[in-house]
Amino acid sequence: MTRHVIVGAGQAGLQVVEALRRDGYDDELVLVGAETWLPYQRPPLSKKFLQGETTAERLLFRPQDFYVKQRVDTRLGVAASALDTAAHRLTLSDGSTVDYDGLVLTTGARVRRLTMPGADDERVCYLRGLDDAARLKARLESAERVVILGAGFIGLEVAAVARKAGRQVTVVEAQSRVLQRVVAPTVSSFFEALHRGHGVELRLDARLARLEPTPEALAVVLDDGSVLAADLLLVGIGVEPEVAVAEAAGIHCAGGIVVDEFARTSAPDVLAAGDCTCHRNLRYPAPHRIESVQNAVDQGKVAAATLLGKLDGYAAVPWFWSDQYDVKLHMVGLSGGHDSLITRGVPEAGAFSVFYRAGERVIAVDSINRPAEHMAARKLIAAGGRCDPDRLADTAVDLKTILDS
Amino acid sequence: MPKVTFITAGGDSRTLDIPAGWTLMEGAVQNDIREIAAECGGGCACATCHVFIDSSWVDKLGPCAAAEADLLECTAVPRAPNSRLSCQVRLTAALDGLVVHLPERQT
Repeated sequence: MTRHVIVGAGQAGLQVVEALRRDGYDDELVLVGAETWLPYQRPPLSKKFLQGETTAERLLFRPQDFYVKQRVDTRLGVAASALDTAAHRLTLSDGSTVDYDGLVLTTGARVRRLTMPGADDERVCYLRGLDDAARLKARLESAERVVILGAGFIGLEVAAVARKAGRQVTVVEAQSRVLQRVVAPTVSSFFEALHRGHGVELRLDARLARLEPTPEALAVVLDDGSVLAADLLLVGIGVEPEVAVAEAAGIHCAGGIVVDEFARTSAPDVLAAGDCTCHRNLRYPAPHRIESVQNAVDQGKVAAATLLGKLDGYAAVPWFWSDQYDVKLHMVGLSGGHDSLITRGVPEAGAFSVFYRAGERVIAVDSINRPAEHMAARKLIAAGGRCDPDRLADTAVDLKTILDS
Repeated sequence: MPKVTFITAGGDSRTLDIPAGWTLMEGAVQNDIREIAAECGGGCACATCHVFIDSSWVDKLGPCAAAEADLLECTAVPRAPNSRLSCQVRLTAALDGLVVHLPERQT
């Protein structure tokens, strides 16, 4: 009997499980997860869950029943502690060992934490998993003054939830515009206006200097000397891929567990997928790390195929979404290296798309409240991105016809 | 609790109790209906929770919002007039007995 072991019970891990069983793998499957929860969805943690519109049980991808019926040996609340790639043996934090034929590391990422004095104050919150979200939700209920460190997706989504709940919200961002890492200035401006329009105070080019906890408030002191009094400080300053066990096992890691387009690591019979990887995507010249549901799902499928001997090179088009207030942002492609932008529609009207081009090709598209354009853009980029730029900007042209141009 | 019957493309049928207030998608996923992928978890962002509402029930559902309509254009199995994204259909007592048909694939 073959035994495949998946380390990390998140979206990528579950995808590997589902794909293996669906494609006819009938032998042993072990799913190890450090959290005590069965695999669950993370996107709603900063949206519906935080707003009290859904419960933990409803966030599970599949109920307990599924794992029983699919004969998945789930080891929850247990982390991988050591990996012997020569002996094909995984050691878990409870001291047990599991021998494997194939191993897939889907360990995800962990939040970057503050380490300065005051960082362990109970008013400091993070948001990565369900336990974090439950804690944040509870704190939010009695917090009047919310300070958010980081204007990335987590920071902005939580800002929207907190503001809708009537809290006083201040977002502190070190860069000069929100979402600077990933979007064009036009899109940053749109979101800055959106949040300010809802009453969020945005402090850009501002850094946290120190924390001064007092019973009355957590004083958040910025580098310009100004002080924000907080009942809650949400820190959303990014994540680091969870590579410790892989690294200790001698597996090549560089900004993530390095994998090829078949999800293979440098160790035989060890694969990796999802947020923890720095991976090769055949569409792009260099490996990269992507934090998204789409990547977790699509890479998970690749890993499963590789385990079953079907080498199917990863070439999915990356896509992503974010919900803030009643605005839906959809993103497709990767905009790094673009040299021109085309805007379709009018940002002030609240719905538009921005096309990022590298030479003649569209390499990425951000769509705000334009889901049909996003879907057309996915097809466009999948097909190589070449099209007449005039048609992109012309709202009288149906974007669905763009591929024919 | 509303009962919903899911019928696969192959004709297999399952009837589930889904609490009012839950979406069709949540009910399907929580009851291990494998034909609903729901990759974005109900965020109306991926079009992989596509269902066909049985003709006897189509009129009893409210109209779908523009965002959902846009995404329905991108389903793996081409949409029909009775197509919906199951993450956008919320169960109510009035939908007790609802019948939906599942497409052959979602991706």
